[in-house]
Amino acid sequence: MTQQTPMPRQAPEKRIHNFKEVALGYTEEMAEQEAGRCLGCKNPSCVKGCPVGVDIPGFIRKIKEKSYVEASFIIKKTNSLPAVCGRVCPQENQCQKHCVLGAKGAAVAIGRLERFVADWESENACAVLHKPKHHSLGKYHVAVVGSGPSGLTVAGTLAPLGYKVTVFEALHKTGGVLRYGIPEFRLPRDVMDREIDYIKALGVKIIKDAVIGKSAGVMSLFDEGFDAVYLGTGSGTPKLLGIKGENLSGVFSGNEWLTRINLMRAFRDDYLTPFPSARRVVIIGAGNTAMDCARCALRTGAEKVTVVYRRSREDMPARKEEIENAEEEGVKFVFLRNPAEFLGEDALEGVRCAVMEPGEPDSSGRPRPVPVEGAFETIEADCAVVALGQNPNPLIRTTTRGLKMTRWGGIVTDPETCMTNIPGIFAGGDVVTGEATVISAMGAGRRAAKGIENYIRETYKQDF
Amino acid sequence: MIVHPDGSRCRLADATPKKLHSVILAKKQISDTITEMEVYAPLVAASALPGQFVVVCQNEKAERIPLTISDIFPQRGSVSIIFQAVGRSTIELSRMNAGEEIMSVAGPMGQPSVIERFGRVAVIGGGVGTAIAYPVARALKASGNHVTVIVGARNKDLFILTDELRGFADELVLITDDGSSGKKGFVTDALRELLEKTAFQRVLCIGPLPMMKAVSDLTKQYSIPTVASLDPIMIDGTGMCGGCRVTVGGEARYTCVDGPEFDAHLVDWDELKKRKAFYFEEEKRQRDIALTGQ
Repeated sequence: MTQQTPMPRQAPEKRIHNFKEVALGYTEEMAEQEAGRCLGCKNPSCVKGCPVGVDIPGFIRKIKEKSYVEASFIIKKTNSLPAVCGRVCPQENQCQKHCVLGAKGAAVAIGRLERFVADWESENACAVLHKPKHHSLGKYHVAVVGSGPSGLTVAGTLAPLGYKVTVFEALHKTGGVLRYGIPEFRLPRDVMDREIDYIKALGVKIIKDAVIGKSAGVMSLFDEGFDAVYLGTGSGTPKLLGIKGENLSGVFSGNEWLTRINLMRAFRDDYLTPFPSARRVVIIGAGNTAMDCARCALRTGAEKVTVVYRRSREDMPARKEEIENAEEEGVKFVFLRNPAEFLGEDALEGVRCAVMEPGEPDSSGRPRPVPVEGAFETIEADCAVVALGQNPNPLIRTTTRGLKMTRWGGIVTDPETCMTNIPGIFAGGDVVTGEATVISAMGAGRRAAKGIENYIRETYKQDF
Repeated sequence: MIVHPDGSRCRLADATPKKLHSVILAKKQISDTITEMEVYAPLVAASALPGQFVVVCQNEKAERIPLTISDIFPQRGSVSIIFQAVGRSTIELSRMNAGEEIMSVAGPMGQPSVIERFGRVAVIGGGVGTAIAYPVARALKASGNHVTVIVGARNKDLFILTDELRGFADELVLITDDGSSGKKGFVTDALRELLEKTAFQRVLCIGPLPMMKAVSDLTKQYSIPTVASLDPIMIDGTGMCGGCRVTVGGEARYTCVDGPEFDAHLVDWDELKKRKAFYFEEEKRQRDIALTGQ
């Protein structure tokens, strides 16, 4: 078999009317069939492509043996959020990119298998738990700021070793970008809750509504009994275009659009957060966030959803799979158009775009979009969503004196230990790298956990 | 340090999430529609300063709403909020009682009010905005300013905190739209009268948007530095969504992290008004549901 075992999905005409998961997951038979394709390489290259180094051939072997609990045990050794990763990781650029089968046909569908194992574990209620090993480490406290993928990974890695970990979350729900950023049709809430429950079962305390930097300063955490602090505050401040009319009613940032839907669940009648009933929605940008915004717009009743991108189709940064999903669902794409002004009197009426053409390659290697002299086009819209990405949240930066930052507002860390210039303070994920993937944030979380562990052992040498 | 309601303390590292839950410690109905609540929120109480606010989310299905902190009690880990029941969320919040738990009270959000020795200061509170004006006015007085407080309301039943304000203000002017108490007229009438007589170094106004705009227009004529505390539509309160952005001096600023106080003379009031009205129909529908149960 040179092809991947396909995964059943909800039909487009059905799914645009609900927020249920689009991809439905493998059955046991499908998982076995797909696992059977894995060659079980002695020197597996797929593992090198995984930022958290999951023993991929190891867990796939267990699927072949139908030992799903053991498969889960292997995954959870290095990955505290397998059900999330199996769904949202861009495997095609990571583990699966390195799969030797990929050279001749299609790589093993590693992500789908990971998801299968995680879901099987939950459906069969046999939660695999890595219990704390060294109870003597319980006198060391680690504060994790932010309950997104990197923070949860630090917590999920240190707690089983015996450290006491407290996670601080500014919002009223845990998960960070997994909760407010990723829609339920890609990552269902119960899956998310399950992963959080696992982290809690490891003994991690989660304190919500705690805005570190405001409720308590970063440096004060040392006085409050913590021996090390991890900053995983993500990149949560929207980038806007800075063009005329951007503050008109009806113009949203991608973050606001998604927060209303995902965190505040405005799509449900029984939730109170308001959401505009827009007929025509324009989404600006072509990354995964833009695809999510567009698909949310369809599901909340928009008749026409148009993605506007200043470059060409082949330059879109979104995952291919997400673009296909959006197209199947009826999202329209307009390329080589760059918003110049939001038009409207009391509220948005349209987006005036400059017509662009591809020019010489820029620093990213893609053709630089150049405006065609005097050529403009207006797209009518009741709502526009600016989904161009995010900058790091400034709360920590502006309230922590002496913390070394980059010019763009990211935190500077030692790439190996993830420690900042202030001893005992570590950082990782988007707040260090700028916007990246869930799994790369988790990779940083694992490195940081190692760095924190070494730091504590070094600082309290006499105890060890 | 976490202060428990009984006065005992523990380090944050030893705190139990459950023990931090936001219980309503006391509730007082100030008028038909205005409610004061003292809420246990040790993380807020430990660091809050006048002018800051909390984001309250009553339960799983509620909205997140920004409410200004009207008093801070660090010794018992609590803060007070005063709010007017105008929409579904505030109406439902006002129906909660002492001993009940609010799902989420997060903060302190925003920048504290700038408290310096300015000289002669006028603090203007309109309606429930008086609750926000109160702690700021008190802090200004404590910093050695001569503080005149002007409170405006539609009628005498809507006055709040009058006794508390009288306790420290150098001058307190009450004015009602209908003349049912104090002078008859708008806060701007009272302010204009004062400005004609005396030089003020600073004006702070907090209240309904048209009132703040009117105050701003007036003080502009006298070139008096004026600050307004804004309350646009907001969700997270941490700078994440940008929903609360306002144009100040031609630049987009986030009320939640850069504000809530801004130079009133630089605020684009018309834009703010339009942005606030965006969900008007839906807000009206929800208010009716809260009031009639359908």
